[in-house]
Amino acid sequence: MINLPILPILIPLFAAIILMFFGKNITMQKWIGAIATAGTVAASIVLVNVVHTEGIQTVDLGSWKAPFGITMVSDMLSALLVTTTSIITFFVLLYSFRSIGKDRERFYFYPVVQFLLVGVNGAFTTGDIFNLFVFFEVMLMSSYVLLVLGGTKVQLRESIKYILVNIISSALFVVMVAYLYSVIGSLNMADISVKIAEFDQPGILTVIAVMFLVVYGLKGAIFPLYFWLPGSYYAPPTPVLALFGALLTKVGVYSIIRTYTLFFYHDTGYTHTILAWLAILTIVVGCIGAIAYWDVKKILIYNIIIAVGVILFGVSVMSPESLEGSVYYLIHDMIIKAALFLLVGVMIAITGTSNLRKMGGLIKDYPWLGWTFLIATLTLAGIPPFSGFIGKLLLVRGSFAAEAYLGGGLILLSSLFVLYSVIKIFLNGVWGVPKEYNGSNKHNAFYLWGSTVFLVILAVAYGVGAEAVRPLISQASEALSDPGIYIQAVLKE
Amino acid sequence: MKTNDVILQTVTTIVSFIIILFSIQLFFAGHYTPGGGFIGGLMTSGALVLLLLAYDIKTVRTILPIDYKLLTAIGLLLAVGTGAGALLFNVPFLTHAYDYFHLPLLGETSLHTAVIFDTGVYFVVIGITMTIIQTIGVSE
Repeated sequence: MINLPILPILIPLFAAIILMFFGKNITMQKWIGAIATAGTVAASIVLVNVVHTEGIQTVDLGSWKAPFGITMVSDMLSALLVTTTSIITFFVLLYSFRSIGKDRERFYFYPVVQFLLVGVNGAFTTGDIFNLFVFFEVMLMSSYVLLVLGGTKVQLRESIKYILVNIISSALFVVMVAYLYSVIGSLNMADISVKIAEFDQPGILTVIAVMFLVVYGLKGAIFPLYFWLPGSYYAPPTPVLALFGALLTKVGVYSIIRTYTLFFYHDTGYTHTILAWLAILTIVVGCIGAIAYWDVKKILIYNIIIAVGVILFGVSVMSPESLEGSVYYLIHDMIIKAALFLLVGVMIAITGTSNLRKMGGLIKDYPWLGWTFLIATLTLAGIPPFSGFIGKLLLVRGSFAAEAYLGGGLILLSSLFVLYSVIKIFLNGVWGVPKEYNGSNKHNAFYLWGSTVFLVILAVAYGVGAEAVRPLISQASEALSDPGIYIQAVLKE
Repeated sequence: MKTNDVILQTVTTIVSFIIILFSIQLFFAGHYTPGGGFIGGLMTSGALVLLLLAYDIKTVRTILPIDYKLLTAIGLLLAVGTGAGALLFNVPFLTHAYDYFHLPLLGETSLHTAVIFDTGVYFVVIGITMTIIQTIGVSE
């Protein structure tokens, strides 16, 4: 089956189209959506297996050979990210069956979720810089719809900001692709990498590298460009927020990882130092935000920003060990952020508020929810048996070995702030004296928790079974530290 | 006071057919000359918008009882289906095929699966444009 790498894109695309025919039939929409997403998960797991045994898989779309057509490339990094994305989408979909509400379901909620999955999986898989832009747009347009769907006042206000920021960054993306194309004369990522290596990255390419950092930084929320994120992510309902928090910024992070390891690795003294400083400042800003707020959603939203900083610092160090840590931490963070947002969503569904001061004592009536939340909290902060630990350990060891003590130390320190910020939710929201609640979705709380607990189990298994996933992670980071592997697989020289 | 727009309506009935013919010409010419699904679809919806201007939404809906959202979905299905047809022959996605056929009236003609893909684009463009215009048209 030579088309295997595009199946995780094609299945949700077909599902989205078919769902458009069943606009008002909600039961049908749920079934088709769930089955198609399960199919996507299955296809992506097969893909990981094939990439693991047979190496990087490529598809030359339309049978046009590599630098001339669009090539879809599944190396281990993208295959793992596609799998993680599909699994998260599957559970968020199950969660949204009982929480999103008829008003949104009747107006194409499920097709748009499938289109979002198309965009994210496509962005992870493509091997062509302009095609990456197109999949970015597919993803962003779906996210615009998901953000505004429902039409409450706060959603309308925040989507204007979100759309404005993203249109500007997309325009900048096109301009930077134009610059790159006029210097290099190619759009295929492997071919670009070969030609940049031939020129030994002259000054103009360093400029382009920094501008790409601005573009992807706007998508992925790094330090001076994160300003839109806290407000925009606060607006949508929980399942949408979980999808955004787990997937959207990570696509920007993935693009930075891809471009900074495949294209611009010649003048690391300049570009990667900038990346390192921005990552450090991102962690600092995220920590300040995470401990400042008494709103459960805001606390978690700032935790996204911390994670982006941590992952990117590993990329800026560029040693095999820190890259491995980044990849491990990236996948861990996607899973656990989705789980945490969904768990917090259950808490909001019960209490009817996201203000921490108005919650308390949930553990009395909902012990299953409380203990799951505690485990998720410890996983996020990186307590040893859980998955946050190994990624951070590799990152810290990598950065200390490369004598980046400031960043490594800051990663350690940030864990403390992360732990403080989420334990604050646990102590004030879950522990303590029970209060009177008037949540609208109380009777569904067990179902909502049930679809979330699998993600928590997955996150725990990812940490406990680190020995089993290690070969996959090292295979992914090998291709990052040696671009030759990627180029060889695409251009087949 | 309702203005009498008999001239506009009479001209529209003739002109809209010319526009639609021109759009179909543009659509089929796309492979060898400038044109194609996008501009063809835009031109067809231009003719429909002219009808909307000369008459009103209800009249146009009785003349052409089309659900444009479904038209968009059908267009997408055609386009993606053409690409996915390659999967049946175990060649990369979007690989197209063509051949020469002897057709009764047209003689020796080359038929290419890219036209089916373009038909998909054509339908999607009409569907999207008309959905946008009708939605804005009916909302107060």
